[in-house]
Amino acid sequence: MADKNMPMREALRMALREEMIRDERVFVMGEEVGAWQGTHRVTRGFLEEFGEKRVRDTPISEMAIAGAAVGAAMAGLRPVAEIMTINFAFLSLDAIINHAAKIHYMFNGQFRVPMVIRAASGWGDQATATHSHTPEPIFAHFPGLYVGCPATPRDAKGMLKAAIRDDNPVLFTESIALYPKPGLVPEEDDFVLPIGKADIKREGRHVTLVTYARGVEWSLQAAEQLAKEGVECEVVDLRWLRPLDTATVFESFQKTNRCVVVEESLPYYSVGSEIAAQLQEHMFDYMDAPVKRVSAMDVPLPYAREIELMALPNAQKVVDAVREII
Amino acid sequence: MAEIDKPMLLEWYRQMFLIRQFENQCDVLYKEKKITGVYMHLYSGLEATGVGAVAALRPSDHVITAYRDHGIALARGMDPKVAMAEMMGKRTGCSGGKGGSMHLASREHNFWGGYAIVGGHLPLAAGIALESRYNGKDDVVLSFIGDGATNNGYFHEAVNLSAVWDLPVVWLIENNGYGMGTPVEVASGQPELHKRAVAYGIKDMGRVDGQNVVDVYNVVTKAVEYARKKGPVLIESLTYRYKGHGVSDRSYDKLAELRDWQQKDPILVLQDYLCKHFECIEEELKDIERAEMAAVHAAVEFAEDSEAPTYDDLISHVYVEE
Ligand SMILES: Cc1ncc(C[n+]2csc(CCOP(=O)(O)OP(=O)(O)O)c2C)c(N)n1
Ligand SMILES: [Mg+2]
Repeated sequence: MADKNMPMREALRMALREEMIRDERVFVMGEEVGAWQGTHRVTRGFLEEFGEKRVRDTPISEMAIAGAAVGAAMAGLRPVAEIMTINFAFLSLDAIINHAAKIHYMFNGQFRVPMVIRAASGWGDQATATHSHTPEPIFAHFPGLYVGCPATPRDAKGMLKAAIRDDNPVLFTESIALYPKPGLVPEEDDFVLPIGKADIKREGRHVTLVTYARGVEWSLQAAEQLAKEGVECEVVDLRWLRPLDTATVFESFQKTNRCVVVEESLPYYSVGSEIAAQLQEHMFDYMDAPVKRVSAMDVPLPYAREIELMALPNAQKVVDAVREII
Repeated sequence: MAEIDKPMLLEWYRQMFLIRQFENQCDVLYKEKKITGVYMHLYSGLEATGVGAVAALRPSDHVITAYRDHGIALARGMDPKVAMAEMMGKRTGCSGGKGGSMHLASREHNFWGGYAIVGGHLPLAAGIALESRYNGKDDVVLSFIGDGATNNGYFHEAVNLSAVWDLPVVWLIENNGYGMGTPVEVASGQPELHKRAVAYGIKDMGRVDGQNVVDVYNVVTKAVEYARKKGPVLIESLTYRYKGHGVSDRSYDKLAELRDWQQKDPILVLQDYLCKHFECIEEELKDIERAEMAAVHAAVEFAEDSEAPTYDDLISHVYVEE
């Protein structure tokens, strides 16, 4: 089968659909996933194809959506719960962190929680302070939970399928800005990408750009521009914030000796903080320059477009950061 | 209860007409990309609920609502200029251009804001009411609640807290039939939402015709009196959103239903009432309409002429600074 060009939302839809056909225990639940055809149109057509039993519209009940998914998963189903946007997952935090992530450990392995929470994520488009979060690092803080953040349609399909098939709870975030972006996607229904494996999106020998999700796009654009000046960036797409593929990051860093971390999230206690800490701890002898971080600015995101854009990361900010350490 | 007299009725007419014009203008400006962003939820169709309820308050009482907040802000007396400037993301806006459509607020009007996380403002309403009790005041809080918002945990916890602490809150459900695309009957086991009062042991003031500003005013006035003296009250206002959920609502195809509701248009209902009770009122209404149209145009002009926020605005107010 050849690869097919499609936007990320269709790749996600393909993955979900294939897994629902493959395994009767897999079902979707969430606000507006059925009759409305999905807030982000990922579940378009699902209600018609799979019916109300497996495509379950819920009230606006984030605590119950996540909590019921935990219970259903413990009892042997494989829920894929959609939280409309990650901003509303703050209402689900207790169920996700105190229950989904802890139950297997706390009861000494008696229960498993094979669930996926899908949530749209991301800054921008004037969605304002409460609706613009990319808080993946918060979730990645907790052992017991996996956190996946795809950057391309291909990865979206392979990673979501892996998440659904895995017996651990997974928080899976989908960048809103990436939903319409196209890319080649394998049509095979056994295309599954391993959990916790990073991917080199571009090879280079001078600087390692460590990034994930939407940061990959900015990093690739920056790499393109810097290449014209003779600076070769290696773009490491983490794909998963947990498990974190430090091996791939270290390998790249041993070659480049320089690193810029690029993320859409906030700067404090971030992926940038974690990567910088890991590098200084384990790669000190290879370090030729301070680790730089490009992220959103440390402010709540405002409405007005002019100042919103100032606060957001972009390719130019990545270029500037690379120039500082080269 | 204050006798409803002609000046009051005309003032409600003015407010409702202003809100309708303001929302129509927002719709146009959004299509012209002068108002931008991904969220804007219009109050068209719900004017009688907002205006009638807010009219039952004193200035020292408090109002709080969700993101469908333009109408509430205007009913509470916010200048349409600063409301429109906020819509356009200008530094002259009520929230300095940082909040946008969903986050209008005006401290001076005791309008505590629009809140965009469904249910999020409900415990805030309880807290504001606590301050009133705590300091021996008799101010009440009027908290609007979407029908959809009655189903998240915030509703349960906030309403129950208001009950056990006897807080002076009027919980007013704006039942406009839908939360996004989900009809009330699909989302709520008990679709007569006012009946939930029983579960919390608070006063159930039943359902009111949310298209009729006089009815809304009367029931909310009673509710406010009750809340001031005793404690929390729940009311359900039956109304409708003319412009769908918001600008992201592309599947709005309920035209027949919309036409039915427009038969009971809140502005027409009040017009009929006025014409029945007062002779030769038509000219007065026309004058009001002309004035409010001019006010909305002035608001748009003010907003367009205002400056965008700057880098200094971006980094200001992250923390309280001396
Ligand atoms: C906690 C949370 N969940 C989901 C959403 C997305 N959302 C925004 S408005 C809305 C519907 C709310 O409906 P309702 O309470 O009836 O208010 P209405 O829009 O009808 O005024 C939803 C689901 C949100 N903003 N917050
Ligand atoms: Mg509603």
